[in-house]
Amino acid sequence: MSENLLRVQPIRNGTVIDHIKPGRGRKILEVLGLSGSGTTISLLMNVPSKKRNRKDIIKVEDRELSENETEKLALLSPNARVNIIRNYAVAEKKKIEIPKVISGTVRCPNDNCISNNERGSSTHFKLLDHKSLRIQCIYCGRKIDEDNIEFI
Amino acid sequence: MKHVVSIEDLDNKRIMGLLKRAKQLVPVAEGKKKSKALDGKILATCFFEPSTRTRLSFESAMQRLGGTCIGFADPSATSHLKGETLLDAIRMVAGYSDVIVLRHPHEGSAKLASEVSEVPVINGGDGAGQHPTQTLLDLFTIKEEIGKLEGLNVGMLGDLRYGRTVHSLSQALDRFKAQFYFISPKTLGMPTHVTDELQNDWSTHKNLDEVLGKLDVLYVTRIQKERFPDIEDYKRVAGAYRINAEILQKAKPKMRILHPLPRVDEISTDVDGTKHAAYFRQAFNGVPVRMALLEQLMGKKK
Repeated sequence: MSENLLRVQPIRNGTVIDHIKPGRGRKILEVLGLSGSGTTISLLMNVPSKKRNRKDIIKVEDRELSENETEKLALLSPNARVNIIRNYAVAEKKKIEIPKVISGTVRCPNDNCISNNERGSSTHFKLLDHKSLRIQCIYCGRKIDEDNIEFI
Repeated sequence: MKHVVSIEDLDNKRIMGLLKRAKQLVPVAEGKKKSKALDGKILATCFFEPSTRTRLSFESAMQRLGGTCIGFADPSATSHLKGETLLDAIRMVAGYSDVIVLRHPHEGSAKLASEVSEVPVINGGDGAGQHPTQTLLDLFTIKEEIGKLEGLNVGMLGDLRYGRTVHSLSQALDRFKAQFYFISPKTLGMPTHVTDELQNDWSTHKNLDEVLGKLDVLYVTRIQKERFPDIEDYKRVAGAYRINAEILQKAKPKMRILHPLPRVDEISTDVDGTKHAAYFRQAFNGVPVRMALLEQLMGKKK
């Protein structure tokens, strides 16, 4: 384990989200609603990284991320890695991927879109471009850039 | 299931097939020939906002083909107001009919409806979104008036920002290698989400004069009062984009003017008698084009 990770104590059980785009850690906590979940969370910001210059790291104790949360994470920081920790060891390494259709996690910014007006309806977006994270609502056709994505 | 939600659902080959069939159906649309092609079939018109032209032309098309129509033209007469969801309404109507035409104030409604409907859904206009049968009848009109769809010089005039007919028509004509001239006040210009997608040349202009002589087709849209906070601004802008017979002397003899109607005063009535005026024939064309589509969705396979 690298020196950087030792700045904060290793966790016994839970999830470590590594290689987060620097500065995105706080947004991830907010979007995933982790801060309000009652578990112990450590957020490391601007940690020196071998692969890239800097990164953020989040450690969540006693909790593993759901599919839905991983999908949101993929949109917030596509290069992040999710490590599931069980009994102080990495039990599972997940490379997160952005699905071709993003369902139920993003709100369409078009207030007049049916997805914002029909009771009980879900949202679905097509991934138009992997690199720029441009997505498009399959209902009204509105295209959204990465910075304007609003999560449900 | 062949839903028709967006003009993008139809490839060029299918569009050309529909236009060809529409031409053959003109005598039936005029009542000169009888057809029983859709005998026993039921069309449901679900209009959650009013649109007389679209609804009546669909009903006329269906009845000319021997079918019948059910539906509503005003959501206040339905359980929509009692809080019924669109999807519940569609599931119910799909059980009563063979095809549904949906008009709805929210963008993406037809797409959502198509996910649950057991019968084909035709988008009859969803908010500021798509209205594919309008685009089809515009294409049909251009083809009939000019003789072809390929490589035309097309001017679009008026409110290009909010006018959804010009958005869809630009997308469609772009596939037929049109060159576009967008003529509008600056605040009502063609949105970038449309121009970004165009493969062919386009340019923007403040005055019709600059380009009128080059045009094969001039598509005019209404500039709506409610787009202007100041009524004086509206009068000034609307006045600057008004067309009359005198202005049109500079146009090619074969140039045709289209308008989705209703018009207010953006085209002076003295244009109606000129050879340029195609808008009334365009309104009629809604019937044969919709007949061709209904026949394709429900008719017997030949």
